[in-house]
Amino acid sequence: MDVIETCNLVKKFGELEAVNRVSFTVKAGEVFGFLGPNGAGKTTTINMLCTLLKPTAGQATVNGFDVIKERSQVRESIGLVFQEPTLDDYLTAEQNLRFHAYAYGIPKNVLEPRLKELLDMVELWDRRKGKISTYSGGMRRRLEIARGFLHHPRVLFLDEPTLGLDPQTRHRIWDYIHDLRKRENLAIFMTTHYMDEAENCDRIAIIDYGQIVALDTPERLKNAIGGDVIAIKTEDNEKALRLLEEEYKFAPSVENGVVSFTVPHGEEFLPGFVSRFPLRLLSIGLRRPTLEDVFLKLTGHTIREQQVDPMPRIRRIMRMRGH
Amino acid sequence: MFSSFSMPLLFLIIFGAGFGRLIGQMMPGVDYIQFMYPGILAMTVLMTSVMSGLSIVWDREFGFLKEVLVSPLNRSGVLVGKAVGAGIIAIIQGAIMLALAPILSVPIGLGTVLALLPLLLILSLTLSGLGLLIGARMRSQQGFQILMQLVIFPMMFLSGIFFPVSGVAIWLEVLSKLNPVTYGIDAIRQVFLGTEVAGVTVFGHTMGILDSAIVVALVGVVLLTAAIWVFNRQE
Repeated sequence: MDVIETCNLVKKFGELEAVNRVSFTVKAGEVFGFLGPNGAGKTTTINMLCTLLKPTAGQATVNGFDVIKERSQVRESIGLVFQEPTLDDYLTAEQNLRFHAYAYGIPKNVLEPRLKELLDMVELWDRRKGKISTYSGGMRRRLEIARGFLHHPRVLFLDEPTLGLDPQTRHRIWDYIHDLRKRENLAIFMTTHYMDEAENCDRIAIIDYGQIVALDTPERLKNAIGGDVIAIKTEDNEKALRLLEEEYKFAPSVENGVVSFTVPHGEEFLPGFVSRFPLRLLSIGLRRPTLEDVFLKLTGHTIREQQVDPMPRIRRIMRMRGH
Repeated sequence: MFSSFSMPLLFLIIFGAGFGRLIGQMMPGVDYIQFMYPGILAMTVLMTSVMSGLSIVWDREFGFLKEVLVSPLNRSGVLVGKAVGAGIIAIIQGAIMLALAPILSVPIGLGTVLALLPLLLILSLTLSGLGLLIGARMRSQQGFQILMQLVIFPMMFLSGIFFPVSGVAIWLEVLSKLNPVTYGIDAIRQVFLGTEVAGVTVFGHTMGILDSAIVVALVGVVLLTAAIWVFNRQE
């Protein structure tokens, strides 16, 4: 049973195509992730799926309801944890949750035990009477996860769930999410630009510039790279590149002075390579491919590059808007 | 609440003292303060009600609006709720202003107060509609404040608070008659001073209290409906 189905979803802001013919399905109980740099179209897609934005073209259904024509039903059946905080600062944690219960029509007898259960889960029961203005970023995010699930939706949308949090909190949050998922057979749609976070997913769609460039399980994506990654530093990287291309018939790439290429069964290949390579090797490393490697191979750039310099993309957007 | 008092009160006191004698000569039988008081009452209502739109911009800036928008809550209901909330605050402020009436030597009785409360409520709901309509799509609080000043000041000065609507330059008169606040103030003034002094004429028909109230209410319905429609639309 598919809880989310999209078909050629498009969203244009004027001339800018933020989401360009995106199609995918999410099954019940699955953790599905959108992995990509900032500006790739992840948040725009989530906003369309939870009825905050109207798609320019294409269709999408959530829990069987059309996101344009059956908005109320979609809203009742989904939970959302946004990228930015959306709590009311002047209220206490408990009051925020009670407002949510009111908005989603949760009956009183169901609400009271659930409040305790969820606040216990995110370890905020003792702080429930505290005003949100006194909460740290991690606490707010934990509360939002409790809130997102309060009305027992079938799908929980998480937009960059651990953005800006310290490693311990990030770990705890994923513990809660996995716990919820096991107990309730909850489907989760999440977006992230953290490679390690994407490993939590059953399936990932890699998205760049509004398009899905790959969609598969993390394991299969990494295997498709073509083997293990060997990274070398030589006295002459230019020559090394040429050698690797022409003599060895590899497709090497260079980043930060390190030349990388993939080869199946790297551990067996390595000894022979080290003794026979014509150039002097300064350093050599062997690792299993990561999603970063997958992203680099598919898009020609790394996610980290994007984070460091958003200006080219911003300039593109401004030019398209006519500035 | 206090800040929306100080300005109208200030106007009343200063203008009353400054223009009082002048206007007394121009319009015999009318104390200028009594003339201005209804307008000042309406000004209090005007400023509070229009600011109801600010709560939307505030929520949007702080993210809470998203929680409301994505929930199954009926958006029209949310908007009407904000208008009613503004209405209640405006009534409370109006009541306080009314309590000050005896101090300013404006004659006031129980009948006056009872007649005024529904008028103030209608005026407040209408002006909330305006504030909510503007706030429905605004992204920043500063933008909202600026736009509000640009809207409120002409509405205030072109509504008969400080000088009568008739007998002024034609363009002023036409603009004032297009302003719903004018009719609100006219109705309030008639409750205080009787029909001889007030009574805006539109196409030769002198507006009574009921006439003016209906005009204000109709404008209010239009504005609130527009606000609900804008708020409901997905981007």
